[in-house]
Amino acid sequence: MKKDVLILAIESSCDETAAAVVKNGREVLSNIISSQIDLHKLYGGVVPEIASRKHIEKINQVIEEALSEAQVTLDDIDAIGVTYGPGLVGALLVGVAEAKAISYARKIPLVGVHHIEGHISANYIENKDLEPPFACLVVSGGHTHLVVVEDYGKYRIIGKTRDDAAGEAFDKVARAIGLGYPGGPKIDRLSKEGNAEAIRFPKAHVADAPYDFSFSGLKSAVLNYLNGCKMKGENIVEADVAASFQKAVTDVLVEHAMMAVKEYGFDKLAIAGGVASNSTLRGAMQEACEKNHVKFYHPSPILCTDNAAMIGAAAYYEFINGVRHGLDLNAVPNLKLGERYEG
Amino acid sequence: MKILGIDSSGLVASVAIVEDEQMLAEYSVNYKKTHSQTLLPMLDEIVRMTEMDLSTVDAIAVAAGPGSFTGLRIGSATAKGLGLALEKPLISVPTVDGLAYNLCGTDKLVCPLMDARRSQVYTGIYEFEGNTLHRLEGQMAIGVEELLEKLNVIGREVIFLGDGVPVYKSVIEEKIGVPYLFAPAHMSRQRAGAVAALGFQYALEGKMESAAEHEPDYLRLSQAERERAEKQKNA
Repeated sequence: MKKDVLILAIESSCDETAAAVVKNGREVLSNIISSQIDLHKLYGGVVPEIASRKHIEKINQVIEEALSEAQVTLDDIDAIGVTYGPGLVGALLVGVAEAKAISYARKIPLVGVHHIEGHISANYIENKDLEPPFACLVVSGGHTHLVVVEDYGKYRIIGKTRDDAAGEAFDKVARAIGLGYPGGPKIDRLSKEGNAEAIRFPKAHVADAPYDFSFSGLKSAVLNYLNGCKMKGENIVEADVAASFQKAVTDVLVEHAMMAVKEYGFDKLAIAGGVASNSTLRGAMQEACEKNHVKFYHPSPILCTDNAAMIGAAAYYEFINGVRHGLDLNAVPNLKLGERYEG
Repeated sequence: MKILGIDSSGLVASVAIVEDEQMLAEYSVNYKKTHSQTLLPMLDEIVRMTEMDLSTVDAIAVAAGPGSFTGLRIGSATAKGLGLALEKPLISVPTVDGLAYNLCGTDKLVCPLMDARRSQVYTGIYEFEGNTLHRLEGQMAIGVEELLEKLNVIGREVIFLGDGVPVYKSVIEEKIGVPYLFAPAHMSRQRAGAVAALGFQYALEGKMESAAEHEPDYLRLSQAERERAEKQKNA
């Protein structure tokens, strides 16, 4: 019988210090996340230097907890997976330096992982039947990508945002209507009390690229609407603004995703990233998928936001494909999807 | 006792292995290449050269700040990873103390200068009694003119070293009122050998910590925290 492969995964690309132990790419033995979100709330967004400082304080505890919760030691680990990009360079470097040192000291193979490939791979954990090829919509605070997953470790971007990421638009609109950071969950919650048809915000399309997104126009439209109301002395119903904005984002995301599965002939669509935990988006995507006879996959919310279990899932497939990184592995803050580190 | 030394606080990347009173290996590179890519390959090189079994290391000494925030974290994360994997303690060596230890044994005052930007230096004022380092002024971030006034008040001959020397040489030459020297090339920058040797002294005094506990001492808040504190003060 084939031996099980255990991956110790480390993630520190933004504001969560995370470590996990994952078995054979699909079974999570532990998934420890130390969130810094309360700290960054004071500043209305993630402060890179503060994030990096917190990572170095917490990283050993998080790794030790991941190992002990999985009831394994480093002796049992077959490979160490670590996020090396994209992300905040100072934050990434903490995880990368730590992972390399452990890998070196214990002669455990090292596998650098692309953060977004991690998000996509989060879908493998709870959907044991999901295998490439499929289409995946990645939506988070930093990314909005429509991706064709051709095979394990083989990705093709067919659409991406031209300006703000979807999650970024959520954060900015949330700030404008006084909800604070992080905007996604707060808008999602408030929208449930609002009328999504109350205000008609524009849905931007990019002329020559049908799968690309643009959210900065929508964000400006919301800000203009708010200013207009203030100037006219009209009452602003925040819940309606939130619900109408959220619907405008969701409609575009669903529309593009459906267009992609039809044109490429996929019967499977996955979503990934922090915004993939948005209940309206999940609901709308589910409905559209059912209508189009497409099977819809999504991770649980805890696997949508940044975590190391997803990095372990991605690292597993890289590891069995023979990907190994050396002691010179560096953080690559603007790493492109599908790119591999070449030193 | 075998101590691994690491310093990536400034432009120099440096690693060393010190066993009791002798240094087995030291590798320093003062070049622009990022520490993230150089530090571990350098460590690997000296470990191979000395045919050392890493698990025989007793403690890992790391220059723990001040310095480049990112540089410090690369060194600290490397040390913490090694400590976790080898189940060995860490020794935090203040960067400026480690730098001063380059000149161990001199009868003059030692004043390391690290360029801290924002018209400040990370510095301290030290003297030696035999091999023992004494702090007249422990490491701090101050303006170079304020530092020179302190040195003039003490009134003793002083040796300057560190990457702040080329930056502030003309100010020093203009304002200093005591005899002074600049350290020669081989002693003038961070060296992991000094960090490990001083770390060995600390270890004898029991000044060690677990890899999990260790974190850098930046001597400075982040810009965002500083601005927020100022805003609250003015409000």
